[in-house]
Amino acid sequence: MERNEYPVLQIHDLSVRFRAFALEDISLDVFRGDYLALLGVSGAGKTVLLEALAGLVRPAKGRILLNGSEITRDKVQSRGIGLVYQDLSLFPHLSVWKNIAYPLKNKGLSSKQSKSRVEELAGQVEIRHLLDRYPGTLSGGEAQRVALARTLASDPQVLLLDEPLSNLDVKLKGELRGVLRKIHRSGKTMIHVTHDFMEAATLATKVAVVENGRLVQHGTPEEVFRHPRNEFVARFSGIKNLFPCKVVSYASDEGLHEAIINDHVSIRYLGKDGHKSGYVMIPQEDIVVSEKPIESSATNRLEGVIREAYLSGSGMELVVESGVPFVVAVSRQSHENMKLQPGKRVWLNFKAAAVRFMDS
Amino acid sequence: MLNNWKVSLVFLFVSGLVLLFIVAPLAGMFLQTTGAQYAATVSDEEVMRSIRLTLVSSLVGVIIFGILAIPLAYVLARRKFPGKGLVNGLVDLPVVIPHSAAGIALLGVISRNTWIGQAGEAAGIPFVGGMAGIVVAMAFVSIPYLINAARDGFEAVPEKLEKAALNLGASPWRVFFTISLPLAKRHVLTGLTMMWARGLSEFGAVVIIAYHPMVTPVLIWERFASFGLAYARPAAAVFVIICLVVFVLMRLLSGKPPASRHTEG
Repeated sequence: MERNEYPVLQIHDLSVRFRAFALEDISLDVFRGDYLALLGVSGAGKTVLLEALAGLVRPAKGRILLNGSEITRDKVQSRGIGLVYQDLSLFPHLSVWKNIAYPLKNKGLSSKQSKSRVEELAGQVEIRHLLDRYPGTLSGGEAQRVALARTLASDPQVLLLDEPLSNLDVKLKGELRGVLRKIHRSGKTMIHVTHDFMEAATLATKVAVVENGRLVQHGTPEEVFRHPRNEFVARFSGIKNLFPCKVVSYASDEGLHEAIINDHVSIRYLGKDGHKSGYVMIPQEDIVVSEKPIESSATNRLEGVIREAYLSGSGMELVVESGVPFVVAVSRQSHENMKLQPGKRVWLNFKAAAVRFMDS
Repeated sequence: MLNNWKVSLVFLFVSGLVLLFIVAPLAGMFLQTTGAQYAATVSDEEVMRSIRLTLVSSLVGVIIFGILAIPLAYVLARRKFPGKGLVNGLVDLPVVIPHSAAGIALLGVISRNTWIGQAGEAAGIPFVGGMAGIVVAMAFVSIPYLINAARDGFEAVPEKLEKAALNLGASPWRVFFTISLPLAKRHVLTGLTMMWARGLSEFGAVVIIAYHPMVTPVLIWERFASFGLAYARPAAAVFVIICLVVFVLMRLLSGKPPASRHTEG
């Protein structure tokens, strides 16, 4: 896969106002070969951002550059940015073949060139058997592939996808994720709008989070999900042990601080001075469950009672009440060996370094 | 749907009456005309020439003014602009004013005293007393049917499809001719058919601009006024039959008709 540090798409201070949506001061660089997931709740303005990039909505201010050239006010049809709408917008009166060939005619390809390109694209998204069908007869997954092939036919420099997996069942989602990865591996720079953090985490090489029309954080999925910059990002990225707290004491020589949750649960963490309140976050995989307090390097030891135990993915999740409810991940084997059933008293152990503090 | 049997019965009865009201006079006209009268009328060159003139004039009006009206319908469907309500109202004007008044108004624009009238005379296409005038009169009173139907059609085309086509690199012209127009085709064809049918039946505006050459509604009127009902009826019956046949054919060609905005002309 072609990948370098040259931004193919640069967005500078972009503000867009469209009906009920407003985006303010969005700045973002997308590098060649990036797969950027644009995350945000519904109504955050993600689709409007895509339409602004595609030139379908005019920005109130700011600049968009493609390969270093400004395209902010360029015509939609000559921008080189392809958009697959959430509703796909396949042309209902044209066959699948003609839908895919539609952009090729704009490029002035001969019918022979057009034919081989349509077949190539159909092969790439595995829809060769559907070419004579009409959009009205396709399933959701099939239609999504046709829409992808059609937009790829326009050979965009950047491929924008608006919630491409939202209307599909689990099996089809898995299949389509494979298709999207394949397209990405072929070297396409992609921006994928979603409200689903798992979708972003499993596909993207970069993540940008939009909240109330503003870009609140962007970086690699690892950076964003492990170091969320605010409560919204943390909650959005599925982090469960996130608690508001007061900071009561400082031990500045070690950088160790004490945070009090709900006025009675004390958590020690490593962080900077100068905060009086904020949020602490403890990744569930960093919490060790034991039946007795254990001697270890873990600074935080809390006693609690298991309230719930349920299957989660390949393991189990426990909800342990220890003044506040902690969610902890354990393997099924540990769950069986330690008989981690509701009502059982356990100890939660985690290092001060595992606790992340966020300023409120 | 109301399922009370008394209500159903009343609705059924009233519906039957209305249908009878539409069908009975026409059926009466066809039945009261004898086979010999049909044969005589069909071989009457004056009647057949008049029917040809009527069919062709209305068709020419549809072709010329239809091409001009479709872009207007698209603009009304897609663009927002101050005074759009007023423009929509203006489009409906020919439907709501008396057609004899429409004829008088048109005469003020295309009579021999106006520059348009004089330009027509100079070019060998006189409006007053000529086919060009008939075409204008027919188109004037019937064009709202096309504009309204086409506007409804374009409104029903999701704007996103046009945006998607633009995004795929198509020019706005290509988007219009490959996406918007084909998807609104059924409404547009219905509008064209309605415009043509309405043009055929026009009497009031046409008679003021061109008594001669005689379109069939004028010919029927003249035969009735000069010789009475029995003499006018066969020409009327033959004209209606020909119109119905063409109308049914066109409706079949354009598929299932969408709901029309106007039911009265």
